[in-house]
Amino acid sequence: MSQKILLTSKEVNIILHRLACQLIEKHLYFSDTIIIGIQPRGTFLAERLKDLLEKEYKIPKIALGYLDITFFRDDFRRTNKPLEANKTQIDFIVENKKVVFIDDVLYTGRSIRSALTAIQSFGRPSEIELLVLIDRRFSRHLPIQPDYRGRQVDAIGNERVQVCWNEQDGEDAVYLINK
Amino acid sequence: MSELSVNHLLGIKYINKKDIDLIFETADHFKEVINRPIKKVPSLRDITIANIFFENSTRTKLSFELAQKRLSADVISFSAAQSSVKKGETLIDTVNNILSMKVDMVVMRHSNPGAAHFLSQNVKASIVNAGDGAHEHPTQALLDSYSIREKLGDVAGKKVVIVGDILHSRVALSNIYALQLQGAEVKVCGPKTLIPRHIESLGVTVEPNLRKALEWCDVANMLRVQNERMDVNFFPSTREYAQQYGLDKSLLDSLNKEIIIMHPGPINRGVEITSDVADSKQSVILNQVENGVAIRMAVIYLLASKIQ
Repeated sequence: MSQKILLTSKEVNIILHRLACQLIEKHLYFSDTIIIGIQPRGTFLAERLKDLLEKEYKIPKIALGYLDITFFRDDFRRTNKPLEANKTQIDFIVENKKVVFIDDVLYTGRSIRSALTAIQSFGRPSEIELLVLIDRRFSRHLPIQPDYRGRQVDAIGNERVQVCWNEQDGEDAVYLINK
Repeated sequence: MSELSVNHLLGIKYINKKDIDLIFETADHFKEVINRPIKKVPSLRDITIANIFFENSTRTKLSFELAQKRLSADVISFSAAQSSVKKGETLIDTVNNILSMKVDMVVMRHSNPGAAHFLSQNVKASIVNAGDGAHEHPTQALLDSYSIREKLGDVAGKKVVIVGDILHSRVALSNIYALQLQGAEVKVCGPKTLIPRHIESLGVTVEPNLRKALEWCDVANMLRVQNERMDVNFFPSTREYAQQYGLDKSLLDSLNKEIIIMHPGPINRGVEITSDVADSKQSVILNQVENGVAIRMAVIYLLASKIQ
């Protein structure tokens, strides 16, 4: 197993600022916008962006929720590993709101397909966008593309992209791991 | 998340503490799901479940059906009263006929103890015991413990008294197993005629005096007197039972602490508990019903994930 660094802590920080600015460009004061971190790993990115938007860019209050897609996945009983559920926390109405899904890596697109179904349990958003830190260009299974992307990566089947966050892993970094 | 150690839920006796923890963690997620504006997830859309009830049931059957529908399973239900069982068909034949229709899971209630176990040995489907005679009613015990955990934070170290008709109660036995697995202390209380002999061998103590039992406990689970299972008189009259083992508001208020009141339903108001106790803020009877759906969703989801 070998690994190569794709993004350093400094690069992650620059990208986070750019993504925050792109969000502001589109949503300005976030008055009708909700950001949703996709469980489990999208939540770190969502919290970082919320922090950045509120503290650095003085957006008054960003509505942030967490969405778990376990029970909406299309591979129930089709994987050897039991599916692990996480907490869903959406304490507001999403009806007629603009929703931005936030996840760390976009790969096959199946998680986002599940999230698109799962969010409907909370109402009918007026529109849904997707923000990802890493967009894996190959092996998309579904016609799903991000609206905001941190970095596009060409990784092949036996490679894995690992996003590390300071809160969880002790550093901000993105690695390409050869399995 | 790991997976259950069993392929069927036949009784609490056959599962372990890790299984209970896993069921509770999964139920936490489903409790959030059933409080959403749209209370349904698509996980079990390719699973078909048969609910076979050879004994009367209202809330257990409804609760199972609702849990299955919330998980998007296809559900068929039948009651013995309307079935060919009345025409003399055997249990295995009845169930195998249903399974020929490509059913993956069977939820069964039967008046014979061990019926679910027997079925699990003889048919190819995942079996959930929804009550077998006076033996076990595992999902009821799970939802009771889950309700205690929700109210008191943990089941370990808590003192629980089960009051009433222990002899005919499958809820009592499953509760004793479940509570002890989780480290709670259990006492039973009731007329001597309704306490099984040698019940102490299960590790519980017997307290014939209701007041003393209530003063000792954190939680009182008041069971229904199961008149339908009594072929002889176990106590002189319902009135006398209510006087000695019925819980009323004055007795509850006279205790020096606030205890939690549970009841598996259906309640005989005025016999095992009075209306003002059943409707008091110490009663968690309706929480038990809500938690029942979440617990049954968790059990069905976890068992279904093991179906090949």
